[in-house]
Amino acid sequence: MHAAVVVFPGSNCDRDLAVAFEAAGAKVSMVWHKDTKLPDGLDIVGVPGGFSFGDYLRCGAIAANSPICNEVKAHADRGGYAIGICNGFQVLAETGVLPGALLRNAGLKYICKTVGLNVVTSQCAYTEGYSVGDVIDIPIAHHDGNYFADDETIARLQGEDRVAFTYTDNPNGAKGDIAGILSANKRVLGMMPHPERAADAGHGGTDGQALFRALSGVLTPA
Amino acid sequence: MKARVHVMLKNGVLDPQGEAVRHALGAMGFDGVNGVRQGKVIELDLADGTTEATVKEMCERLLSNMVIESYTVEMS
Repeated sequence: MHAAVVVFPGSNCDRDLAVAFEAAGAKVSMVWHKDTKLPDGLDIVGVPGGFSFGDYLRCGAIAANSPICNEVKAHADRGGYAIGICNGFQVLAETGVLPGALLRNAGLKYICKTVGLNVVTSQCAYTEGYSVGDVIDIPIAHHDGNYFADDETIARLQGEDRVAFTYTDNPNGAKGDIAGILSANKRVLGMMPHPERAADAGHGGTDGQALFRALSGVLTPA
Repeated sequence: MKARVHVMLKNGVLDPQGEAVRHALGAMGFDGVNGVRQGKVIELDLADGTTEATVKEMCERLLSNMVIESYTVEMS
């Protein structure tokens, strides 16, 4: 598996994500936001957490219009795999690769804690290592994780089995308790919780490991 | 020339910041504030001849997120 991790000014989970991919057996290339090309033969792009461009304007908005994001969008459009975590989810939503948007947490506070997630589908490359109904403990760390989309979009996501994870105890006001969603072809995952922060015994939890391990077996390059 | 862009959350999108401001105003004794919506104003200093259509394109591609926000443009 060859993974690329995109790095923006203000990304701060890029190296954690790279370590999680490497632990699952991937070769990892770090890609700078000004780069205009993704590496050849890529299996997956990771858009990491952090505060790209200081969250100026809207979280993820400036990153979504950076040169590399045009490539990430093209990669996703031709059926490539991509995962956006936290700020990475905000970026993918801003690019339009994933529907909806992430609003300020309903309680207005930045929340940093481990939360329970329901695994809602196992029918995608990311969640094959789990079973539907599993509850996994994954950290969140965000100020703007309140998932919003119009009712029609939420119903479509639910109807098409594109909700990957929901919160067991909604921390941020997200509609439908949604913590992570998939693209229509289920090859792009956006999620607010940080599986890369629960991927090593030293993290205090390893429930995120199965996500990265599952990827290494099933990806096909686009 | 200049353009002033107002960006607001769409009706129906919860505005927790506006709600917090509304609560604070009530706590300060300002009665009768039934709602607060908080948005942003973006002022653009533009080359002469820039059209309103171009500014609208800026709004739709970057300055506002059409999923959750609406915008208005004032050219001057």
